[in-house]
Amino acid sequence: MRIWKTLLSTAVLGLISSLTIAQAQEMTDPFRDPALDAMKGKTIAYLPISLGFDMAQAWGGVVKEEANHYGMKFVSQDPNWSTDAMAQSLTNLIAQKPDVIVTQNPDLQSLARLLKQANAQGIYVIQVNMQGAVQTDAFVGPDLIGVGEEMANIVANSCGKDGKSKKVAIVQGVLTGGVSFFEVQGMKKVLAAHPDLQVVSSQAADWDASKARSITETVLQQNPDLCAVLDVWDGQARGTGAAIQQAGLKGKVMLVTAGGGAQSMCDALSDGTFDYAINYNGVGMGRDIATTIKMLLQSKPKAGSIKYMAYSPYRTMTKADVKQDTCWNPDSYAKLLK
Amino acid sequence: MKWRLSLSQEQIVFVLAVLLFAIFSIMLPGFLTAQNLLTLLRSVAVFGVLGIAMVIVVIGRGIDLSIVANMAISVAWTFQLANEGVPLPLAIALGLGFALLMSLIVGILIAYAEIPPLFATLAMGTFIYGFGRAHMILGIDVVYLPRDIGWLRSIGQGFFFGIPSAVILAIVIAFAAFLLLRYTKPGRFIYAMGDNYAAARVGGVPVRPVLVFQYLLAGLIAYIAGVITATSVAAMNTRIVTSNLVYDVILVVVLGGVGLSGGKGGVRNVVVGTLLIGILLNGMTIMDIQYTVQNLIKSSILLVAIIVDSVVNPRDEQTAQQGDI
Repeated sequence: MRIWKTLLSTAVLGLISSLTIAQAQEMTDPFRDPALDAMKGKTIAYLPISLGFDMAQAWGGVVKEEANHYGMKFVSQDPNWSTDAMAQSLTNLIAQKPDVIVTQNPDLQSLARLLKQANAQGIYVIQVNMQGAVQTDAFVGPDLIGVGEEMANIVANSCGKDGKSKKVAIVQGVLTGGVSFFEVQGMKKVLAAHPDLQVVSSQAADWDASKARSITETVLQQNPDLCAVLDVWDGQARGTGAAIQQAGLKGKVMLVTAGGGAQSMCDALSDGTFDYAINYNGVGMGRDIATTIKMLLQSKPKAGSIKYMAYSPYRTMTKADVKQDTCWNPDSYAKLLK
Repeated sequence: MKWRLSLSQEQIVFVLAVLLFAIFSIMLPGFLTAQNLLTLLRSVAVFGVLGIAMVIVVIGRGIDLSIVANMAISVAWTFQLANEGVPLPLAIALGLGFALLMSLIVGILIAYAEIPPLFATLAMGTFIYGFGRAHMILGIDVVYLPRDIGWLRSIGQGFFFGIPSAVILAIVIAFAAFLLLRYTKPGRFIYAMGDNYAAARVGGVPVRPVLVFQYLLAGLIAYIAGVITATSVAAMNTRIVTSNLVYDVILVVVLGGVGLSGGKGGVRNVVVGTLLIGILLNGMTIMDIQYTVQNLIKSSILLVAIIVDSVVNPRDEQTAQQGDI
């Protein structure tokens, strides 16, 4: 009798426990497996203009880490600022058929046909920061025209005041490079609405600080009463700032720029080289890219069918906004990419 | 004959420069001011210094396509070391040491392995850049200067009696190179070798060591040019290696009337070539001419100089030298 009792209770216990287990299994996220399956084993190809600049390292670092989390393969190539090498790499990548290509455009046109071709082959294409003439599945980057407008508005508000010279200079990057092209469009829109402001110079510095310095030096020479300089990118704006400092006009000529918020941006803000910087956070953009990849792989639209502008957030910063760790250290992301 | 050829092109370029200078002075308000002329000089100082490094090699009938890579990597490495806490003097010594080591290898490849300079320096330039980016400059390709580099900053940003120190440094280097080429034994040897290598050798010139010496000198001057560049914008951008800076430097040298076949020309030619480019760039920036149009104007003026030269000094068997490009 006792045996029966034991057996029965064991059986009941077993039943209960197996029920709990079954229930526990039901409690697991039923949506996780399909999502993981959609991502697992997929290949992400990363082809920035160069792997050697701060934002490219942040984007690649974040995406690579996320790829590792979900069992995706991450491959990257470094064309090192050469448009030819980039077109060649892209052609090779299309032949290798990765699932997603994350890339940039050195200018509006060069890669347009290849990007279209990649989409036609069923490869998702995400364009980062430097948008091209062709729209693919997604663009990740700030609304650059908006960034340009914001920069110009800061200048318009300050230089529009009485007693200011109303003279403004623009330092562009590469004329046909997406970031420069669109930011300048935004600036021109705002400046056109302020006819009292006079653009005394609008020159391209080729993303090069030395060139930005030479240009600004000459501009300041001609217009020592210049009110403000709008520089499209913080990397070259250091040269612009050096010219202002050299002319002894630091604090008098306002320098407004924009960039990905690497440590060098915070340093330049805190030592007064930049007065304002629009920070579109490179690490945040990396996250936006990773999110877009997950969205595409899980919802599986036909490549090139949805055309999505994933505008990354940006904020205007001054010296007062710089705290420790406000900006990110590119070295730590470079290590992730190695 | 050779002498007249080189002098003539220099004169043509000089006349062009004076002409442009006159036109700009009359037409552009603010061009002919002491301050603007100093700005003009400052903006081409690095260019001129690199031109002098190049001309020393070119006179010896060589060419150095690796100077920009050598300059960028060695100077960037210097400041990366300083950022990592290496004392600045030691970092400079290491950086300069690296630059000289690379130049030494270039020199040995050319002088002893007898590899044509065009190939040796092209390959070494790529090697230095590749090695540097893979093993020395590990982070981003722009190395920012440490905040407290003290007196070093004044090289690129300081003034000396109201003149930018970069300009003074360029003038000092130009003068030193002039003295070296004109009045010292190695300098005369470089001319002799450039004019006729075989004859110089038969004549007792230690041709191989002198070859190595001229590349070492180019490396040293390139390093100084790099320090000027880096300190003036508080950053060293290794990306300039992939720009066409090295061709612009060769252009300044050739434009000034230094034949690539060696043995002729001097520091003065580089100064004239640099001035023309400086006047052009400065004037076009004042006029706010778009970058693409600037390139067009720049290349047109260079073409005019070359065409006028070939009309005034037609090439024939006597003026052409073997190895002339």
